[in-house]
Amino acid sequence: MSTASARRRQSWRRRLVVLSFVAPALAGLVLFLGYPLLTAVYFSFTRVDLVNPPQWVGLANWRFLLHDPNVRLAAGNTLWLVAVMVPARIVAGLLTAMLLNRVRHARGLYRTIFYLPALAPPVVATLAFVSLLKPGTGPVNTMLAKLGIEGPLWFNSPEWAKPSLVLLALWGVGDLMILFVAALLDVPAELYEAANLDGANAWQKFRFVTLPGISPVVLFAAVTGIIGTLQYFTQAAVAASVASGEATTGGGISSTFGYPEGSTFTYPLWLYVVGFRFNALGYANVLAVLLFVVAASVTMLMLRRFNAFAGSTR
Amino acid sequence: MRSRFLAALAFAALVAAGCTPAANPQPIATSGVEPTGTVEFWHFFADREAAAIAEIIDDFRAKYPKVTVVVKDSQDDAKMLQAIGSGQGPDVGLSYSTDIVGKFCHTGAWVDLAPYIARDNIDLAKFPETVRSYTQYRGKRCAMPFLADTYGFYYNKTYLAEAGVTAPPKTLAELSDLAKRLTKRKPDGTIERAGFLPLWGFYEFSPSHFAPVANAKWLNADGTSAIGTDPAWQQVLRWQKELVDWYGYQNLEKFRASLGDEWSADHAFHKGQIAMMIDGEYRIAFLRDQAATLEFGTAPMPVLDQSRYGAGYVTGNVIGVSKHAKNPEAAWALIRYLTTDTGAIVKLANGIKNVPTTVDSLASADLKVDPEFKTFLDIFSHPQTSTTPPSAVGPAYQEQFTAFCDRWQSGNAKDLSGGLAEVDKQINQLVQLAG
Repeated sequence: MSTASARRRQSWRRRLVVLSFVAPALAGLVLFLGYPLLTAVYFSFTRVDLVNPPQWVGLANWRFLLHDPNVRLAAGNTLWLVAVMVPARIVAGLLTAMLLNRVRHARGLYRTIFYLPALAPPVVATLAFVSLLKPGTGPVNTMLAKLGIEGPLWFNSPEWAKPSLVLLALWGVGDLMILFVAALLDVPAELYEAANLDGANAWQKFRFVTLPGISPVVLFAAVTGIIGTLQYFTQAAVAASVASGEATTGGGISSTFGYPEGSTFTYPLWLYVVGFRFNALGYANVLAVLLFVVAASVTMLMLRRFNAFAGSTR
Repeated sequence: MRSRFLAALAFAALVAAGCTPAANPQPIATSGVEPTGTVEFWHFFADREAAAIAEIIDDFRAKYPKVTVVVKDSQDDAKMLQAIGSGQGPDVGLSYSTDIVGKFCHTGAWVDLAPYIARDNIDLAKFPETVRSYTQYRGKRCAMPFLADTYGFYYNKTYLAEAGVTAPPKTLAELSDLAKRLTKRKPDGTIERAGFLPLWGFYEFSPSHFAPVANAKWLNADGTSAIGTDPAWQQVLRWQKELVDWYGYQNLEKFRASLGDEWSADHAFHKGQIAMMIDGEYRIAFLRDQAATLEFGTAPMPVLDQSRYGAGYVTGNVIGVSKHAKNPEAAWALIRYLTTDTGAIVKLANGIKNVPTTVDSLASADLKVDPEFKTFLDIFSHPQTSTTPPSAVGPAYQEQFTAFCDRWQSGNAKDLSGGLAEVDKQINQLVQLAG
C-alpha cells in the first residue's frame, strides 16, 4: 500500500469524523431551513391554498410584486423601522450599559430594573405601552398637560405611530443593555490607562478603545436587530388594534392592521394578510422568499463589512 | 450552477406536491340511517358563550345517544384551514366570519352539503335569502348558518329629547343634520360630544356594515370588483366626507383617540360621549350589563333613499363539514340539529343573544324579544337587507376598499373616481392570484 493512498484514507476518516460531529446540526439545517426554503421557492411559482395540490402559474406571482402598492407601503414602513429603530436600540442599549457600569452602589438592582421590561411578553408590553400613551386618558399626556404641553396623538397619529413603536422598543432595550454591560467589562482596563497617558479625551477613548473592544457585540446587535425588525409583526398588529379602539374585533383580525392610515403596516403583516386572509398563498411565498433574500444579503454584507466575527483587529 | 438550482427546485416541487393531501370523497348514507360514532367539533366561542354551546351539545347527545361529540372551543379559522390542509382537524367547524365561505367552498376545505340537504329534504326556503347567500359560493353550499348578527342604529334617547327630536333619523341627510345639532364643542373648538362619529373604522362604522344604506355593490357576478363602477359608493363616500369635514378630520381623530375600547365598559356610547352609532344587536346585552341607566333606542340605519328604510346589514356564524371529516354522517347530523332544529336555534339565540336564522325560530314564542331587539329581527327579515358576498379572496375586497376610505376621509386621496378604479384593479389582481 502506497503512502499516498494511506494518507488519502486518513484524510477521509478525518472528514467523516468531522461530519459525524456536525451531522445533527446539518440535519437540522437541511430539515428546518433548506427544505422549507426550497418549498417556499417552489410555492412562489404556484397557486396554492393549503387544501389542494398546488397549480403551476409560472411568474404570475412574481410579476404582481412589481405592481403591488401594499408591498411598497409595507416595505417602506419596515425599512423606516430598520433605519430608525435598530440604531436607536443599539445607542440606547450602549448608553444605558455605560451609565450602569459607572454606578457604584446597588448596581445589580439597577441592572435588574432596566432589564425587567425586556422580560414582558410583546403583546402585554404593547398593550401597556399603548395605554400609557393613550391621548386624552393616558398618564403620559395627562402629565404633559399639567406642564402646559399638548401631547401628541402617539399611536393614533400617522406621523407619531412609528416613533411610538420605537419608544416601545427602547423601553424594552434591556436585552441589548445586558450584552453591552458584559462587553464593556471585557474591554481591558490597561487600554484606558494607556489612552489616559496619551492624553485622550472621553470621546477619543470611546471611539478608539471602547468601540473597537465591543464591536463584535455591536455587530451582533445590528444583525439580529435588522433581522428581527424585518420580521416586525406582533407589536405593530397589537398597537394598531388597540389604538383603533377595536382590541378584540370579531369582524376580522386584519381589519385594523396598519392603523392609522397604514402607518404601522409592516411587511410581515402584509405577508400574513395576503396569505392567510386573502388566500393568495403563492404570492405570500414570493414575499417570504424576498424577505429571506433581503435578510440574508444584509447579514452577509454586514459580516463582510465588519469582519469582526473572524477575529480581525480593525 | 443553473442546472443544480433547477434540479433542487424540481426536487422541492416533487416533495411539496407529495405532501399535499389528496381529495377524500366519501359516499353519503341512505336516508334513515342513524348516525353513530365520534364527531370532533371546533368553534371559536369562549367563556359564557362556550357554556351556551356546551348546553346545546348536551341536548344533541340526548337526542343522538350513539354519537359522541368532542368539543374544542376558542379555535380560529387560520388554524382550522391549516389543520384541514394537513389532513387533520375537526369533523365540524364553526367560524365567526362569512368571509371564509368563499375560500372554504372554493378550495373544498368544507364539503358540498347539497347531497345531505337533498337526502334529508331540508327546506332552504326556511332561511331568509340573505342568509342563504352568505352560506354558499357560486352555487356550492358548503356552509349552513349558525345564528346571525344584524346591524342597525343606536341613539341616546336623552340627547334626542333634549334637542326636541322625537324620532331617529331616517335618511343620511337627516343623520348629518342631527349629528351636527347633537355635537358639543369645547371653547377651543375640539369635540366634547359627537352627535355621530363618521370615521370609517370607528367601532362598527365600516363600509361593509354601511353598504346597505345605499345598496352599494361589492362584486360583479364573475367575482371581480364592482366598487369603482357603482355610483352608490361615491354617494356614500361624499356624504361621509362632508360630515368629516364639518367636524374637521384632526378634531375627529383627536376625539376618537380619547375614547374607550369598543369591547370595554368605557365604550363611548355607554359613556354618553357619542349620541348615535351603528352597531349589531349584541350591543343591547352589553348596554344592559355595562350602562344600565343609559336610555337608548334602536332603529334601522338611516339610508340614502328613503324607500330602502328598514334594511340593514346581516352577517353571521357559519358551520360546515371538513373535507377530511372522519365521520361525515354524524357531522352532518350535528350541523342539521344546530341549524334547522327550531328548539335548538331559539335556545342558542337566547343564550348567546344573537339573531336566529330560520323563519320558524324567528316566529317562535320561546324567543326572548324586547322592543330594542325586535328592531334587529325586523331588519333581519327586511327584503332589502344585504350582506357582504363570499369571495375566493375572503375579505380582500372589503379591506382594500377600507384602506382607500381611510385615505379619502383624511384628505390624502383627492381623486375619488380614480382612487376607486385603482381599488378595483388591486382587488381584481388579488382575485386572479387566489384563483
